[in-house]
Amino acid sequence: MDIARDHAPRVGFFVTCIVDAMRPNIGFASLKLLKDAGCDVAVPATQTCCGQPAYNSGDDSTTRALAKQVIEAFEEYDYLVVPSGSCASMIRSHYAELFADMPDWQARQQAVSAKTWEILSFLTDVMHYTPQAAYQGIATYHDSCSGLRDLGVHDQPRALLSKVAGLSMVPLDGNNECCGFGGTFCVKYPELSTAIVTDKTTKIKATEADTLLGGDMGCLMNMAGKLSREGSQMRVFHTIEVLAGMADGPGICAPALK
Amino acid sequence: MKQTSHQFAANVARALAEPTLKIALDRTTTLLRTRRAKVIDEFAEYAQARDTAEKIKDHTLDNLGHYLRQFEENALASGARVYWAETPADARKIVTDICKSENAKTATRVKSMLGEEIGIAEALTDAGVERIETDLAEHIIQLAGDPPSHIVMPAMHKTQEQVAELFAQKHKEPSTEQDVTSLVGSARRELRSKFMNADISISGANFLIAETGSFVTVTNEGNAELTTTPPNTHIVTVGIEKMVPSLKHAAVFLRLLSRAAIGTEITQYTTFFNGPKRAGDRDGPENLHIVLVDNHRSDMLSDFLRPMLRCIRCGACMNHCPVYAAVGGHAYGAVYPGPMGSVLTPAMTGMKGTKDLPNACTLNGRCKEVCPVNIPLPDMLRSLRARQFEQDMPSGMSKWGLRAWAMLATRPALYRLGTAASNMALRMMARGRGKITSVPLAGGWTRTRDLPQPEAGTFMQQYKNGRR
Repeated sequence: MDIARDHAPRVGFFVTCIVDAMRPNIGFASLKLLKDAGCDVAVPATQTCCGQPAYNSGDDSTTRALAKQVIEAFEEYDYLVVPSGSCASMIRSHYAELFADMPDWQARQQAVSAKTWEILSFLTDVMHYTPQAAYQGIATYHDSCSGLRDLGVHDQPRALLSKVAGLSMVPLDGNNECCGFGGTFCVKYPELSTAIVTDKTTKIKATEADTLLGGDMGCLMNMAGKLSREGSQMRVFHTIEVLAGMADGPGICAPALK
Repeated sequence: MKQTSHQFAANVARALAEPTLKIALDRTTTLLRTRRAKVIDEFAEYAQARDTAEKIKDHTLDNLGHYLRQFEENALASGARVYWAETPADARKIVTDICKSENAKTATRVKSMLGEEIGIAEALTDAGVERIETDLAEHIIQLAGDPPSHIVMPAMHKTQEQVAELFAQKHKEPSTEQDVTSLVGSARRELRSKFMNADISISGANFLIAETGSFVTVTNEGNAELTTTPPNTHIVTVGIEKMVPSLKHAAVFLRLLSRAAIGTEITQYTTFFNGPKRAGDRDGPENLHIVLVDNHRSDMLSDFLRPMLRCIRCGACMNHCPVYAAVGGHAYGAVYPGPMGSVLTPAMTGMKGTKDLPNACTLNGRCKEVCPVNIPLPDMLRSLRARQFEQDMPSGMSKWGLRAWAMLATRPALYRLGTAASNMALRMMARGRGKITSVPLAGGWTRTRDLPQPEAGTFMQQYKNGRR
């Protein structure tokens, strides 16, 4: 979707509830990159959550209320960009089902869904952006499920990271396997979630990497939380933080720098 | 088998506490995933075959009544008898009545999940018929007294070492060696004479062919052929969704089934059965009985669960499921485990007592990705959750938590206050260490994982205060 335009693309940035509450650095790194890429970025003040926790709990009426809130907040922009494959997929792939019987909302929903992008694929596929950043380390990459399977986000983060000076990448065995986060799943079934993330951290620690990267804060928080509990020194960042040159602070779950 | 899906949490706890289970599951699922990936990679027309298979099944389901009548007509013409069973109890009665009328004392059985679904094993026992499982893995679990834990590899929960120990205890002439060939030899010595002397054979079928009235079995051990040939009577119990219009349509599925299931191009044995022994045939059963089973399949036809009727029982969804890989099939407490089972069990046995099954899934989508007939399993599991929600099934804590969160999330200003407060509370708990090791009400997370210390101030607070 590469359109000829007479103005910088107007991006409504959707920060996501987890990044908002836990790691704003990912949000500010996103703003920096979107601006560097030539976008005119705004942060609609009425945004909260895309509705995925309600949707995955089967609560369709709450999901619909939140989806309407997202549609109203973002329909004026050229793009809705979000630093999560999971939230992007919710808006892009799953909203349609909620408005199937509501023709007045359906058109608005379709318009917003169609212009919704996960940020790494947006920077690559729409903005053709080349990052200018440096990071000293060996990183491995976990492909979060919704981004990978619903949106086809796989090559884009790797292409972007290949431009980062000082960074080398090593493959992760089972990179396309779920980490066990699953949103509400890890709350409802903590033992299952733990068993799954234990497999994941075992595979992460079997690489030569000193850094774990991914594109979804939920999954990263799950893996970082387990690695931290296991005493691993692995640095865990959202890919966006590395690309923006904003991975100089502590990684997820790491102690603050004194 | 006795369904225990209602005690899912206890089943999971038991599975996670069993150290050899994880070894057994990892060995087999890793092998199956690797082999499937390789053979699918080498199958240039895979995407096309999958698409065609989906269309064939959808067409057949759209016209199922027509094809069932056509099948019945042609099966009757081939000399078989055809029975219709609406419920498992109906199917069991048909099977045991045939056993009684034949005065059967022993029955050899070819592994069939439909047979498990309708409870053939228990029915035979009640009817006083000795049941002899002829599939190697079914033989193993029959000796162990276990229900199947996988739809293709029912003994997946057992390690080779455990099988060796079991055979040593139970076989009359066990092998002294523990390698696979010796173990197979031990089972062969135990079973061969029983194959030849059984009164009745009972099998399932992988496909029903409407245009010929025939049915197909696929195995890797040849036990379907050896089981169903010597006895005078062969009973087939099969679900009505196994129908395909013609032989050429069956061929499309044969190219997909074995690749998806075990990562081979085709099974060792693929047999098309058509009618009982004819004049001039040297062997085969005199009587062939085909029992067509519904068991809520007709209900699923007119429901959002309809795509589930495309399922060809390959097991790829469970082989690639992280939850299945963590706890195995028994934890699901039902005949069909894994993602396909989490859809089928509520559909066949009701929403009550199966509440956990659609929820115990991360919705990662791998099952849908590897499904050879493109069943949208995660979407269906999600829809089952919506059905549970409509029926007011979610339990207290999660329902109230969800309501409180929804109340905030639909009111942005209030939501800002809530997130700012929780941000501050979490930072106080972290006390500058970068992580939080224990959070009230989030013990499920912090028992095994740290929670990161949030930054000072939410994104929205900082943005409002001018940070860019």
